Amino acid sequence: MDRFELIRRLQAIVGQAYVLYRPDDLTVYEQDALMVARHTPDLVVLPEGTAQVSDVVKVARQARLPITARGAGTGLSGGAIPEAGGVVVALTRMTRLLELDVASRIALVEPGMVNADLTAMLAPHGLFYAPDPGSQVASTIGGNVANNSGGPHCLAYGVTGNNVLGLEVVLADGTVTWMGGRAHDAPGYDLTGVMVGSEGTFGIVTTVAVRLMPRREAVRTLLAVYETVDAACEATSAVIAAGMVPEAMEILDGIVMRAVNKTLHVGFPEDAEAALLIEVEGLAESVPVLIERVEAICRAHGARRIQTAATAEERLNLWKGRKHAYGAMGRVGRRTMMLDVCAPRSRLAEVMRKVLEAGQRWNIGVANFFHAGDGNMHPTPFFDFDDTSPEYARVIGLTEDIMRACIEAGGTITGEHGIGLEKREYLGWMFNERDIAAMKTVKQVFDPDGVLNPDKVFPTGRPVHGDPRAKAAAAAGQA
Amino acid sequence: MTPSPAVETPRVEGPRVEASRAAAAPRARPMPFIPEVETCIHCGLCLNQCPTYRVTHLEAESPRGRIYLVKAASQGELDVTASVAGHLYLCLMCRACETACPSGVQYGRIAEAAREVLGPPGPPLQRWMVRTTLRHLMPSPRRLRLAAGLIRLAQRSGLVALARRVFPGRLRDRLAMMPEVSPRFYAPEAEVLPAIGARRTRVAFLSGCAMSLFFTDINEATVRVLRRNGCEVAIPRGQICCGALNVHNGEADSARAMARRNIDAFPDDVDAVVVNAAGCGAAMKEYGHLLKDDPAYRERAGRFAAKVRDAGEFLAGLGLRTAPQPVSLTVTYQDPCHLAHGQRVRAEPRALLAAIGVRLVEMAGSDRCCGSAGIYNVLQPEMSETLLREKMDAICATGAGTVVAPNPGCMMQLRYGAQRFGIPVRVMHLMDLLDQAGA
Ligand SMILES: Cc1cc2nc3c(=O)[nH]c(=O)nc-3n(C[C@H](O)[C@H](O)[C@H](O)COP(=O)(O)OP(=O)(O)OC[C@H]3O[C@@H](n4cnc5c(N)ncnc54)[C@H](O)[C@@H]3O)c2cc1C
Ligand code: SF4
Ligand code: SF4
Repeated sequence: MDRFELIRRLQAIVGQAYVLYRPDDLTVYEQDALMVARHTPDLVVLPEGTAQVSDVVKVARQARLPITARGAGTGLSGGAIPEAGGVVVALTRMTRLLELDVASRIALVEPGMVNADLTAMLAPHGLFYAPDPGSQVASTIGGNVANNSGGPHCLAYGVTGNNVLGLEVVLADGTVTWMGGRAHDAPGYDLTGVMVGSEGTFGIVTTVAVRLMPRREAVRTLLAVYETVDAACEATSAVIAAGMVPEAMEILDGIVMRAVNKTLHVGFPEDAEAALLIEVEGLAESVPVLIERVEAICRAHGARRIQTAATAEERLNLWKGRKHAYGAMGRVGRRTMMLDVCAPRSRLAEVMRKVLEAGQRWNIGVANFFHAGDGNMHPTPFFDFDDTSPEYARVIGLTEDIMRACIEAGGTITGEHGIGLEKREYLGWMFNERDIAAMKTVKQVFDPDGVLNPDKVFPTGRPVHGDPRAKAAAAAGQA
Repeated sequence: MTPSPAVETPRVEGPRVEASRAAAAPRARPMPFIPEVETCIHCGLCLNQCPTYRVTHLEAESPRGRIYLVKAASQGELDVTASVAGHLYLCLMCRACETACPSGVQYGRIAEAAREVLGPPGPPLQRWMVRTTLRHLMPSPRRLRLAAGLIRLAQRSGLVALARRVFPGRLRDRLAMMPEVSPRFYAPEAEVLPAIGARRTRVAFLSGCAMSLFFTDINEATVRVLRRNGCEVAIPRGQICCGALNVHNGEADSARAMARRNIDAFPDDVDAVVVNAAGCGAAMKEYGHLLKDDPAYRERAGRFAAKVRDAGEFLAGLGLRTAPQPVSLTVTYQDPCHLAHGQRVRAEPRALLAAIGVRLVEMAGSDRCCGSAGIYNVLQPEMSETLLREKMDAICATGAGTVVAPNPGCMMQLRYGAQRFGIPVRVMHLMDLLDQAGA
């Protein structure tokens, strides 16, 4: 099939306006929030509805082109970058709430629905969708499912996988199928569980059945201010060790708080090196008791000051500040690279020390803001040179040291952002060959010809396209 | 949803797909490096706040996409084709993306710089018309009055009404958008009007081009309110249009000339330059940036810009002196983009509404663009109308009989919307309401 024929056939499915082929229209789809890699797709298609997705997949298959699903492109591991070229299927036009069953607390949504829009639609019914990634104002439910995204409140409510009951999926050959369903316990294999977190490599999600939560009666939020990140980590471990599970426990360091303060007036302290943001929800009678206990533990671990949000507005403000943390890094360095690693909660402080030491060793600033409650850390190196500069090798060295520190402590190299392009060459650090072979077998079952989001997740032995190390080496060679 | 012409893909013939690369907008200069693009970290948090992305769901119609296009063009990776210009001109310049952006990207400056390179939007004839209007009409109060006078004549004589009957769809709608020209143009009785009661401060007032021609009574109301609140008001005769439309539509050079004239015309010895049109206020607050490469004016422009205040912002800061009579009205408030996003003024107008005792019912998405956006509603009627319909729905849902929108463009658009969709809502300026309350 030549390019013209392909475009014509795709246009027949989705309409002329939604097959993109001009250089400018394609260029903008070569990137996502992973700033250091890019690749231009051959075509971008924006289907509306499951039937169109299925037809698009069939046509792309006939044309023997790779297919990469894309949501809002807020992914931080390059999952939506079409490294192998081919067709990008952007689900952003599929934004409908298909069904809302308030009594059973279930909703059926299309994959392009923006996470925060869903929660806004549910508010009048006293319900909400729990997973709340920092990108929730923009990221899509489909992208959340593909990356099994988490968020601050996942400490209590679980990550995306815990809140998805079933999925409608278009498979690699265009077949449409349902996995799981509306029931909380579907019989048979838990294929939903397999699909969640598969990063667009097993199929394209076209409908998501989500579990909804009722709003709690009462909520209290506090910000405990510390002199060091270390102390804030110790306090986190202590709260968990005391057998308490607040709804959220987030640490922000001084660099981040001062950066956020530049855009927003959220009342973060200017002069402290760390703060622990904690939220407790529950019944009106129990919340004050809980928050008092949390406060006592925070103080016992050296909190210099504790601010509590007195009004709903103050509370939202604190959260807004937290959710602006990554974005605010743009004010700290010209380039940033947010990592996503996990440490066991009991060894948080120890790993954090190693992270900061590594930063000093490589002479690169590292900011920290993360989901402390579940040990999911986001050390974020910031620097002023380009990813093409020879200096970039230091950033790679630093990130590898940080990953090593996590693995040594019994943690992992990715918490919630996925493997995508960014981490694929490191998969072997976590798993042995047999483990990886077993995973590849599953991939084979879903996608025997390897057309769905190829070259993601598994090591390829090649540097990431436009990989900074390759570029840095080339630059060094020239110099 | 029907996508607007700018996003619609023309029928493809095979070779044209590749050929489109060569179809560069012929007049465009190469895109220079615009330093502000460096602050964008591709996080995408702005996407869903962008009105044109919310309608099209296309990355190229999002802030991140537009910044990416500018960046790619400046690095020589992308030709500046008519299609690139189309994406940059489907943008409303509403700057909602700036409010959403955690990284502090100054999108407005990026887009203005890019448009300066692209020149005015559209096909050649339209470009010529826009350019001629911006260069020769806007800087001349005399010609503006002449043009408005002719329109008034046409409106009075029934010519417009007739035209609206005989012209076909699109043209008829555009005529309907045109508001009534005021029966008389704004002409203050003196260049300096004293404070009423004890003088608290001395300010200058921008009478504005659209405000002077279409909203004479609102200008008079604004000055009355200022004076009653102890302001001596200077209204320099030599002032002209602020140049906002020029900056937004790729005519930065004429905008600079207009800014220089205004800086010369306004007195130095005032505490504030008060503006009752949000778009003008936002543009004048940027005079320092606009003239940053002009050594003769750079500093004065910075000082001038620092004194510019929206009328609502200024009065809320000063504090209303007279205890106004409470107005028993239920209103909803439309945040003009260039007030909420451009000047970050949101609380102050609401505080004034509360001070005169009106009941405010917030509408959903009060800070989302109504589709007016300067001359956008004329140049991009389809996108504009899609946004207007959403806006009128949101206003309707509040049940308020009055919508307050302190900016001439928004007022014209909302009045047109009320008429177009048959919604019984009155559109008022904040200053009108304050004046009625005796504030
Ligand atoms: C500021 C910021 C904060 C963030 N905070 C968090 C956080 O707190 N927690 C967290 O977990 N993540 C976070 N992220 C990462 C990112 O937002 C999430 O991974 C998000 O779920 C991606 O959604 P998206 O719609 O942008 O997907 P995209 O980036 O477009 O795609 C991500 C992956 O999903 C696949 N995909 C997308 N849609 C589908 C579909 N319908 N079917 C199959 N595959 C699909 C793509 O192929 C790709 O592999 C953050 C990102 C940013 C920029
Ligand atoms: S929110 Fe700001 S930094 Fe993020 S993509 Fe948009 S403009 Fe860029
Ligand atoms: S100015 Fe408005 S329309 Fe333009 S990119 Fe920003 S949000 Fe979108």
